[in-house]
Amino acid sequence: MHIAIPREVRLNERRVAATPASVVKLIQLGFIVSVERGAGLRADYPDAAYGAAGATLTDDVRALWGEADLVLKVEPPTHHPDLDVHEASLLSEGATLASFVQADLYPDVIDEVKARKATLIAMEKVPRITRAQKMDALSSMANIAGYRAVIEAANLYGSFFTGQITAAGKVPPARVLIIGAGVAGLAAVGAARGLGAEVRAFDTRSAVREQVQSMGASFLEVEIEEEGEAKGGYAKVMSQAFIDAEMALFRVQAKEVDIVITTALIPGRPAPKLWLADMVAMMKPGSVVVDMAAQRGGNCELTVPGESVIREDVHIVGFTDLASRMPRTASQLYGTNLTHLLDDLSTDGVLHLDPMDDIVRGAVVLLKGEDPEWPAKPAKKPKAKAAVAAAAPVAAAPPVTRAVGATKGAQHRHVSHASDAGSDSKLGVWIATAAIAGLFVLWAALRYGLAAGADDPASTQAASGFLQHLTVFVLACVVGWHVVWNVAPALHTPLMSVTNAISGIIVLGGIMNLASDGPIGIAGWLSVAAVTLATVNIAGGFLVTERMLRMFRR
Amino acid sequence: MHEVMLAAAYLLASLLFILSLRGLSSQLTARNGNFYGAIGMAMAVVAIVVATDNLALPHVLAAIIGGALVGSFLAARVAMTAMPELVALLHSFVGGAAVLVGLASFQAHFGGDGPHLTQNPVLLSEIWVDVFIGGITACGSVVAWAKLKGLLSGRPLLLPGRHALNAGAVTASIGLLVLALSADPGQAWTYLLAMMAISGLLGVHLVVAIGGADMPVVVSLLNSYSGWTASAAGFMLGNDLLVVTGALVGASGAILSYIMCKAMNRSIWNVVFGGFGAAPTTKAVAAVGEPLAVNEADVAGTAQWLLDARRVIVTPGYGMAVARAQHAVREICDLLRARGCEVTFAIHPVAGRLPGHMNVLLAEAAVPYDIVMEMDEINGDFIDTDVVLVVGANDIVNPSAETDEDSPIYGMPVLQVWHSRKVVICKRSRASGYAGVDNPLFYNDNSAMLFGDAQASMAGILQHLKAAD
Repeated sequence: MHIAIPREVRLNERRVAATPASVVKLIQLGFIVSVERGAGLRADYPDAAYGAAGATLTDDVRALWGEADLVLKVEPPTHHPDLDVHEASLLSEGATLASFVQADLYPDVIDEVKARKATLIAMEKVPRITRAQKMDALSSMANIAGYRAVIEAANLYGSFFTGQITAAGKVPPARVLIIGAGVAGLAAVGAARGLGAEVRAFDTRSAVREQVQSMGASFLEVEIEEEGEAKGGYAKVMSQAFIDAEMALFRVQAKEVDIVITTALIPGRPAPKLWLADMVAMMKPGSVVVDMAAQRGGNCELTVPGESVIREDVHIVGFTDLASRMPRTASQLYGTNLTHLLDDLSTDGVLHLDPMDDIVRGAVVLLKGEDPEWPAKPAKKPKAKAAVAAAAPVAAAPPVTRAVGATKGAQHRHVSHASDAGSDSKLGVWIATAAIAGLFVLWAALRYGLAAGADDPASTQAASGFLQHLTVFVLACVVGWHVVWNVAPALHTPLMSVTNAISGIIVLGGIMNLASDGPIGIAGWLSVAAVTLATVNIAGGFLVTERMLRMFRR
Repeated sequence: MHEVMLAAAYLLASLLFILSLRGLSSQLTARNGNFYGAIGMAMAVVAIVVATDNLALPHVLAAIIGGALVGSFLAARVAMTAMPELVALLHSFVGGAAVLVGLASFQAHFGGDGPHLTQNPVLLSEIWVDVFIGGITACGSVVAWAKLKGLLSGRPLLLPGRHALNAGAVTASIGLLVLALSADPGQAWTYLLAMMAISGLLGVHLVVAIGGADMPVVVSLLNSYSGWTASAAGFMLGNDLLVVTGALVGASGAILSYIMCKAMNRSIWNVVFGGFGAAPTTKAVAAVGEPLAVNEADVAGTAQWLLDARRVIVTPGYGMAVARAQHAVREICDLLRARGCEVTFAIHPVAGRLPGHMNVLLAEAAVPYDIVMEMDEINGDFIDTDVVLVVGANDIVNPSAETDEDSPIYGMPVLQVWHSRKVVICKRSRASGYAGVDNPLFYNDNSAMLFGDAQASMAGILQHLKAAD
């Protein structure tokens, strides 16, 4: 199949749907790739690199679109300024287009693609399942945008992010508030922490608290219990009481923080207004608000989508092209997401849209120009698949600066230790009970059984001696039980070798049997052998333990 | 006078042995602990030598010097990877010594023209128990040693009706004791030797039935037996120091066995009598309908991932010991740490063939012990980790232990390496681990397989890391 990579024509769009590296992958998958000349230029991928990767370069945009079976794009198709037609109308009949679609913002795309009886794959609709993580372009872009939002804020903010104490005076660290701790929010937390700012984050979903904290930011909460997590890990609309509490919290924060980055989005709705005009007015002059929800109207009341403005002496950044402002890496990640998708949906360079595949069912929004009607799925899911999916619940956490998670580790340790102690003490009680019962039975047997029948004093002495030793034995078991539980697991091998050594105490038995006036008999020679074996243990055990322990170094 | 001195020496020695085990609660005090143990032992031996009248001193000295020489030689020469074998061998010596002491005691008390046996049934029973446990320990440990050394196959040998055989052996031993109680000394001696042979065979049979992956449990269990043997000898000889020391050792082995079993989510009965690993279940493999593809990695790529990582966890398994890759792993760890990367090691309780085996191997390779973590300490940290390097481990990082109820290892606690961003699994081949269970970890998107000998792979990674500096 022919793949076409056109140049993005939307204003300020610098990304491209394939890099030279991803072109190589596409060709390996069996596709033939054509690239519009200049497509990668603004992302710093020169034409020559595409040529070297094996793509055909062309200037003829109509032919590029018309001859392609599959067109890969970043932004939703739009009016082409040079050709004065809608990009989607350039598709050949029955072809396939994969790009971001955002049908609610750009309804024209659907109509145009329908008119061409073409298939439309919406990259933002790839389901959030484990198998599709590597195709999740939305997360890739959100990660970049979150990072970039911090960079834009730093650019406008007239001070250090990290606190400094200099000979000329002290500069406190910047205080950054991040509203919404999704992929973008977490990336922003990481970037801001990396620059040295003091970061706090707010989110209605309590599940993200640990992630926020593990990255070294504090997690703000309102005192109303309401869970904000909806299906697929996205946020939902909250109750009025919650919103009031949230606003009160933000008003307190507005006076404190220097930078606010808002990322709050609810799927399929306009962005909720969270940072109101009065909060902006409360902020210190020179503060910065970066509104990452600007494309959907913005979280801040004063945001002007697409622009950076100053209102109430506060910078309000409403850029809608944050990811595109890092075009090189954004293109690289987007291109990789696309090749992973095609790797999954194609064989030998031919696209197969399996109607039973969850990814196809989610991402294909038009099939040959029609709204797709998928056959019902059998209720039973293949078990093995479910196991694999559950086995790798790697959150779409962005690969950002990691902050110390030591406290979390400590808690975990503490909890597991407590549960250990619980089961151990239960076992201990059980063993102690059994031991006491056994002791009693033995005592009774000796007192009234064996010893009673014997009239020899040596025998009765042996019986009473037995009871005495038994007492010592049980006590020693209890002592051993408690002492050994304290042994560090790292030292279990030395523990075994040292117990090897001290169990060589049986040497005493051998020596005791070697007391005789005359020549030593059978008993004597047996004892000599026993002493030898036991001494091997003693010497070997202690020396090898010493050898091992010498190795343990900090 | 002798009596008092002996009692004092025994009391002190008991306390020193307890302190010795107590010392092992931390790496800082461990060497002192070992020293206390040695002092206690020396004290006990000197005391009994001084206190025993008419001692055949030349024989004692010859035996002690001979044994000490052999022991020192073994201790100095053993490779750290061969520690399990040495430990098993030393267990068999304790068992052997106990049997010999038992036989000697029988000869001393009932040999020649001794009194009729029924007049001291308690002593005779004690000898019986001592020889019985000693025989099991000695012969079982020899088999364990041979299995660990590779002289015997790691596969369990399961005789038909093996439970009946075991029960029969125990019954026969008790029967022989009953016979001996009313027999004359000559006959009783025969019965004792017969019982010794039976206990030896029982020891062999118990251990051959246990699979390779369960050897850590078996070695711990034999450790425990060797303690109980010493205790039994203590009862027989009326010596409280033997009783106490044996109980300490027995408790220690029992706890180690318990920890191992818990780490494998199995009961001790299941390990000893279950014959686990006999029929590798292919069910888990079969359930995965389509053949799954793995991502393959090469050393250059792995080195690059490591260079880009801020946080790396190394998860070693027995494969690392077999390939003797621990030194290369330590050098990788040093290089990464010098670059500011945080490197830690995650140790599963049953990694290796002996409890704590991995820790010793890493210590030998000069890995600082404060970056070597236990499973419970580190499992929460994988989620924040960039790269996990799994070296020669399989079952202990198998996610189906948590997710797949049909898996034979379901419920076993495992290291949750899959939570990290990238898992590189260094393995000789695609074969499954000892448990014979397929590992879904290998097919994850964030996993990559680095096939090949662990040492060669680690050396390759090391070269690339050095080249990058």
